[in-house]
Amino acid sequence: MQALYAQLLVGLINGSFYALLSLGLAVIFGMLNIINFAHGALYMMGAFVAYFLLNLGGINYWWALIIAPVVVGVFGMILERTMLQWLAGLDHLYGLLLTFGIALIVQGVFQNYFGSSGLPYSIPDQLKGGVNLGFMFLPIYRGWVVIFSLVVCLATWFLIEKTQLGAYLRAATENPTLVRAFGINVPRMITLTYGLGVGLAALAGVLSAPINQVRPLMGADLIIVVFAVVVIGGMGSIMGSIITGFALGVIEGLTKYFYPEASNTVVFVLMVVVLLVKPTGLTGRAA
Amino acid sequence: MRNKISALLLGTAMALSVASIASADDKVVKIGVLSDQSGLYADLAGPGSTLAAQMAIEDSGLKAKGWTIDLISGDHQNKPDIGTTIARQWFDVDKVDTIVDVPNSGVALAVNNVVKEKNGVYINSGAATSDLTNAQCTPNTVHWTYDTYMLAHATGQALVKAGGDTWFFLTADYAFGAALERDTTAVITANGGKVVGGVKHPLNTADFSSFLLQAQASKAKIIGLANAGGDTTNSIKQAAEFGIVKGGQKLAALLLFLTDVKAIGLETAQGLNFTETFYWDLNDNTRAFSKRFSEKLKSGAPPTMVQAGVYAGLLHYFKALDALGGNPHDGAKVVAKMKTMPTDDPLFGKGEVEANGRVTHDAYLFEVKKPSESKGPWDFYKLVGTVPGNQAFTPLDKSACALLKK
Repeated sequence: MQALYAQLLVGLINGSFYALLSLGLAVIFGMLNIINFAHGALYMMGAFVAYFLLNLGGINYWWALIIAPVVVGVFGMILERTMLQWLAGLDHLYGLLLTFGIALIVQGVFQNYFGSSGLPYSIPDQLKGGVNLGFMFLPIYRGWVVIFSLVVCLATWFLIEKTQLGAYLRAATENPTLVRAFGINVPRMITLTYGLGVGLAALAGVLSAPINQVRPLMGADLIIVVFAVVVIGGMGSIMGSIITGFALGVIEGLTKYFYPEASNTVVFVLMVVVLLVKPTGLTGRAA
Repeated sequence: MRNKISALLLGTAMALSVASIASADDKVVKIGVLSDQSGLYADLAGPGSTLAAQMAIEDSGLKAKGWTIDLISGDHQNKPDIGTTIARQWFDVDKVDTIVDVPNSGVALAVNNVVKEKNGVYINSGAATSDLTNAQCTPNTVHWTYDTYMLAHATGQALVKAGGDTWFFLTADYAFGAALERDTTAVITANGGKVVGGVKHPLNTADFSSFLLQAQASKAKIIGLANAGGDTTNSIKQAAEFGIVKGGQKLAALLLFLTDVKAIGLETAQGLNFTETFYWDLNDNTRAFSKRFSEKLKSGAPPTMVQAGVYAGLLHYFKALDALGGNPHDGAKVVAKMKTMPTDDPLFGKGEVEANGRVTHDAYLFEVKKPSESKGPWDFYKLVGTVPGNQAFTPLDKSACALLKK
């Protein structure tokens, strides 16, 4: 029974990465109607920016949490301005292909220079060590990841669903022409939204750098699972993607305990089941 | 019309005679380096293995003797079906004589069958499974560098004898992990130890915390990592995070490469014991080779033992071809010749190719240095022991290879 509690907690930790990443995807899909396959590559870039900041500039983890999302977010906004915006109104497939291509190029460039086995990034001193919870030894850093990502997820949800800015944003996706008539710069708002989604990916990258290796393919391995999370939660649903992110982390953790061989596939099995029963996803509305 | 027909016949006859010349012993060789070029094993094999093969071609001196040697490389992406497709295409279309490297035991065993079927030469350096020279041995295969039997005996025995008599395995869920766990378990039980549990994890897992918690709960003295590459580095890093080593349990990295230690960082990796058959800083010969190698490799890294094995294996292959006086394009014949000649190269020293295809050479027990002991960017290992070549690998009387039963 003790072991079970531990697995639940561990699942929650992984779930927070799924939640952060799928949230970014959901924001981008909901507001821009783009299936952002470059998300994994941007997550990886976030981790690499943190690595460079530390090793080239001596800038620590805490600053990296702020700087990396901004740097990668700006990179994302440049992508949106120069390429993605021309795809507005076209079939989803074009955006998917373009972002997939971007992901391959970015990963290829990083792999060319940094190989595949990864670079070490250590846990910040303040978060080293762990606490014994009785049923498990919880590394402080992991606890921090869960709390921090939960706060970021809820803040993002609040921004989009409960503020004036979020209302504009949602209105602009429904009817851009009408919103523009009110004097709001819709293209700029869309660029900023893409930047926000990308920044969330980079933030997840910084958070994961001390746990996983900083590797060019770290995002490629994760992004497929995250897409499954988004599909299960319902494309474009903010709260749906947060909840399914955490929930699937827990389910995956339990699978690792009861039947570890299936832990890589359980998410996809669930995805198939959900698509068969409710094709719009658990919280999705019909398009 | 008649002229046309006779011209056609003449042409056909000429083409046939050219073809028959080509199939007789000539001095043309084509080598294919089949590796993981971009995945989790790309740094320990991959482009570095291709470079090692190029260097072997240059150093063999065969070109000066009138040989033409071509080199191609391919990416098997750690998928057996892709590996065999490339191998078949290489033999059928590209007329490749010899396939080298092939990390990933799953792919290696699949390619093993293709090479036998096409009667090519297979010099494997990258794969670990001891089955290549055991139950699945072929007259076309030579296995260089290391295997699971060697790793299990060298590292496993040392740890059990040092008091680590209860084990829990974290095993990569494919041919390699299964073979390594099987061979290590045999060593543990033979030395009076016990395996108290284990989990099989999928290849290329990012998060090991669930598995590590189970290992922690097992209270085993040793947690055996029967995995490789990125899986091993992630396990070690996250084990440190969960306080496993501080809690008194010891990690046994059954297979650890130089590039893995670099990725983990000395801070976390220090004190790990493991076995390799090559280290760049072993002696003057290995240092000289490694210097030339890292100057040419884009990342500037010194060679891993897998890359060194590609070089040494090809050098021996070229010596056999030289001794034959030409390339018979008959894999079994060339491998038979390789088995009659003792091996001797600057990287692995003296050894032999046994009848089952296993190459024997010394194996070394290393310990990872403390950060304070390391003097350079790749100065990672301390030599703590040497297992002589004739003791490191499967004794022939225990090998299940059918070639030995003649």
